[in-house]
Amino acid sequence: MFDSPILKTIFGRLTFESFPVHEPILLGTFIVVVLLGAGIVAAVTRYRLWGWLWSEWFTSVDHKKIGIMYIMLGIVMLLRGFADALMMRAQQAMAFGANEGYLPAHHYDQVFSAHGTIMIFFVAIPLVVGLINYVMPLQIGARDVAFPFLNNLSFWLTAAGAGLVMVSLFVGEFSRGGWLNYVPVTNLQNSPDTGPDYYLWALQIAGVGTTLSAINMVTTIIKMRAPGMTMMKMPVFCWTALCSNVLAIAIFPVLTGAFALLMLDRYIGTDFFTNDLGGNPMMYWNLVWIWGHPEVYVLVLPVFGIYSEVTSTFCGKRLFGYSSMVYATVVITILSYLVWLHHFFTMGSGASVNSFFGIATMVISIPTGAKIFNWLFTMYRGEIRFELPMRWVVAFMLTFVVGGMTGVLLAVPPADFVLHNSLFLVAHFHNVIIGGVVFGLFAGIDYWWPKAFGFKLDPFWGKLHFWGWVIGYWVAWTPIYIVGLMGTTRRVRHFDDPSLQIWFVIAAIGAVIILFGILAFVIQIAVSIINREKLRDTTGDPWNGRTLEWSTSSPPPAYNFAFTPVVHDLDAWYDMKSRGHARPDGGFRPIHMPRNTGAGVILSGIAAVLGFAMVWYIWWLAALSFVALVAVAIGHTFNYNRDYFIPSDEVARCEREHALLAGAA
Amino acid sequence: MSASEGTHDAALHAHGDTHGHGSRRGYLMGFALSVLLTAIPFWLVMSGVLSDVQTTAALIIVLAFVQILVHTVSFLHVNTRSEGGWTLMAYAFTAVLVLIVISGSLWIMYHLNSNMMPMAAAEMGNGM
Repeated sequence: MFDSPILKTIFGRLTFESFPVHEPILLGTFIVVVLLGAGIVAAVTRYRLWGWLWSEWFTSVDHKKIGIMYIMLGIVMLLRGFADALMMRAQQAMAFGANEGYLPAHHYDQVFSAHGTIMIFFVAIPLVVGLINYVMPLQIGARDVAFPFLNNLSFWLTAAGAGLVMVSLFVGEFSRGGWLNYVPVTNLQNSPDTGPDYYLWALQIAGVGTTLSAINMVTTIIKMRAPGMTMMKMPVFCWTALCSNVLAIAIFPVLTGAFALLMLDRYIGTDFFTNDLGGNPMMYWNLVWIWGHPEVYVLVLPVFGIYSEVTSTFCGKRLFGYSSMVYATVVITILSYLVWLHHFFTMGSGASVNSFFGIATMVISIPTGAKIFNWLFTMYRGEIRFELPMRWVVAFMLTFVVGGMTGVLLAVPPADFVLHNSLFLVAHFHNVIIGGVVFGLFAGIDYWWPKAFGFKLDPFWGKLHFWGWVIGYWVAWTPIYIVGLMGTTRRVRHFDDPSLQIWFVIAAIGAVIILFGILAFVIQIAVSIINREKLRDTTGDPWNGRTLEWSTSSPPPAYNFAFTPVVHDLDAWYDMKSRGHARPDGGFRPIHMPRNTGAGVILSGIAAVLGFAMVWYIWWLAALSFVALVAVAIGHTFNYNRDYFIPSDEVARCEREHALLAGAA
Repeated sequence: MSASEGTHDAALHAHGDTHGHGSRRGYLMGFALSVLLTAIPFWLVMSGVLSDVQTTAALIIVLAFVQILVHTVSFLHVNTRSEGGWTLMAYAFTAVLVLIVISGSLWIMYHLNSNMMPMAAAEMGNGM
C-alpha cells in the first residue's frame, strides 16, 4: 500500500495490511482488548489515580511493590496464555477428517508459539521472580534488595517484552517457530514476516531484565543477610532462590548470544544458522537448550523452596533433612547443566553422546526424589493443617511424581526416538510445569497473600480454584499422554484418524475445567478484597509461621523491620517466638531508604519503542530510540538524589499502630 | 543499605569497602606479563620458528589460557580473600560452566551426523 519511498522511510515495512482487520477472531479480540483498556484508563482517570500509580507503584524501588507488580504481570499474561491454550484445545477437538477446524494453519502456528513463549517467559518467570522479590528480602531480614533501582528497571524491561508480544497480536504477526523460535522455520528465507523479529526483540529486552534481576537477587542473598544468619541458617526458599538465580545468571547470556546470532542472520544476512557457508541450524538448538534445560530448574527450584516453607509451617515442624535439601538443590543446580542434549537425542548423535546425556538426565531424578521424601517425612507425624497452601503441596506431590517418572522414561534414548516430538512429551512437560511450578506458585500466592495485603484469601473460592486446576489438569493431560504414546505428534492442527477424536474432546473438557479454576481464582481475589475486614490478619503471623517474614506486620512497613533482627537458629521467627520475643516499643532510629525513580519506566519504554522500530525496519526511529536509551541511562547516573531517611517518629508511629492492631486481636 | 546504589554521603559509604584494589606493583607485573604473553604468539606466527602449524596453534591456545589467568589475578583481583572467597567461588563456577558449554557443544556438533544416512554432496546442497 505504501509504495512511495518517503512513506517507506517513515513507516518501514509497516503498512495497512499489517493490521489483521480481515481476521474476525483477531478483530474481535482487538475490540474487546480496546474496550477493556479504555475502560481501565477511563476509571483510573475518573478517580484521579494516575499520580498515585506513578509515584507509589510504577516508579517504586520497594522490593515488595515490585514483587506485587511482577505477580500482577504474571497473572494478566496467564489469562492471555490460557486463552491461547483454549483455542488450541478447541481446534484439535474439532479438526478431524473433513472438518478443518476454525484456525488456519499460519494462525494456529502462531497460537502455539505464543502460548509457550508467554507461559514460560511472561507467566512463570514473572511469578517466580515476583515471589522471590517479595519474600526473600523479608526472610533474610533485609530492608530492600542490593540494587533497588535495578530491580525496578528489571521489572519494566520484562513488562516491555510482554508488551511487544501483545502488540504482535494486533500489528503484524507472531513467530510460527514454536516457543524457542526454532530455525530453520525462523530463518529469513522461511519466515520473511515480522513474527520471529517480534519474538527476538521481546525476549532480548525481557532477558536483560531477567539477568539483571538475577544478579540483584544473588547479591542480596550473599551480602545482606541479617546478622547471625549463616548460609546454613538461611530459609530453604532463600537457598533455592539463590541457586535458581545463579543458574539464571549463567544461562541467560547463552540465550542472548544465540538470539543475537539469529538476529544477525535475519538482519544483515550472516549464515550462522542456515545451511549455507558452514552454518548449522542444529547449533541454534544446541545453544537454546543449553539455556533451556537449566531454565526449567530456574523455575522449579524456587517453587521447591515454596513447598518446603509451606510444608514446614503447616506441619508445625522443622523441615525434615534441611541440609540434605540444601545439598540436593546445589546438586540439581550443577547437574542441570549436563543434560541439555536430551532435548534433541534424535538429532543424529552417536551412542556415546546420547548415553552420556541420557544417564546424566536420569541422575537428576535422585536429588529430586530426595526432596520428595524430605517433604513426606516432614509431614509424617506432623500436625498437618490442610489450609489452601498445604493442599497445593499434596496435589503437587501426587501430580509431579508422575511427571518425573515419564521424564525418566523420556531420558532413555531409544524410548525418546519413539516419543520425541510426540504429544507424550508435551504431556510430560505440562505435567511437571503445571503440577510442579504452577501449583507451587498458587501455594505461594495463597501462603504469602496475607503478608502482602494484610488479609487472607477466601478459602471457599480458593478450594474451587484448587479443585478446578487439579481435576482439570488430570482430565486435560491424561488423554494427551495416551494419544502421545500411540504416536500422535505435537503442533498438529488437523487429524485424519477419527478414532483419536474422543481423546481430544476429553482434553478440551479438561481445559474448560481448568478455566473454571482460573475464574475461581479471579473471583477468590475479588471476594477476598470485598470481605477483607472479615479475613483481616492483625498479628502479622496468620499461619503460625517459622521464618522472619512473619515477624513483621502484615503488610510490612516500607522499611520492613524497625530493627534488623538477629538470627540464632534456623527457622528464626519460630526460635524468637519460643524464646518469648517482645515487640520493640522504643529507641527507634531514622531509617535510610532508597528513593523512587522514574528512570526504569522511561528506559524500558524507550527499549520497547526500539524493539518495535527494529521489527518493522523503521530505521530512523530505531536510531533515535537507541540514542535516547543511551542518553537516559547516562543521564540517570548523574541523579544523586537517590536516598532519604524515614524519621524516627514516623517509624515509632508505624510500629505503635501495628502493636495496637496486634493487641486488639 | 542503599549505599551500593551509590550515594555521595561519605558517612553512608564508609561501610567496610574492603575488597582489594591491587597495588601498583601488582598492576605493573600484570601489565608486563600480558604484554609478554601477547608478544610471544605474534613472534611465533611472524617468525615461523616452529614449522608445524598445529604445534604453533596449540602453543598459542596455552598462552591464551595463561593470559586469562594473569588478567584474573592481577586485574580482577580474584583470590581466596576478597569478598570472603565468594569471587573465587563464582569464578571457579563460571569456569566449570564455560568448560561444560564449550566442550559439550564441540562434542555434540562433532557427533552431529553419526546416525544420519550418508548423503551425496550434490543432495546436501538442495536440502532445506
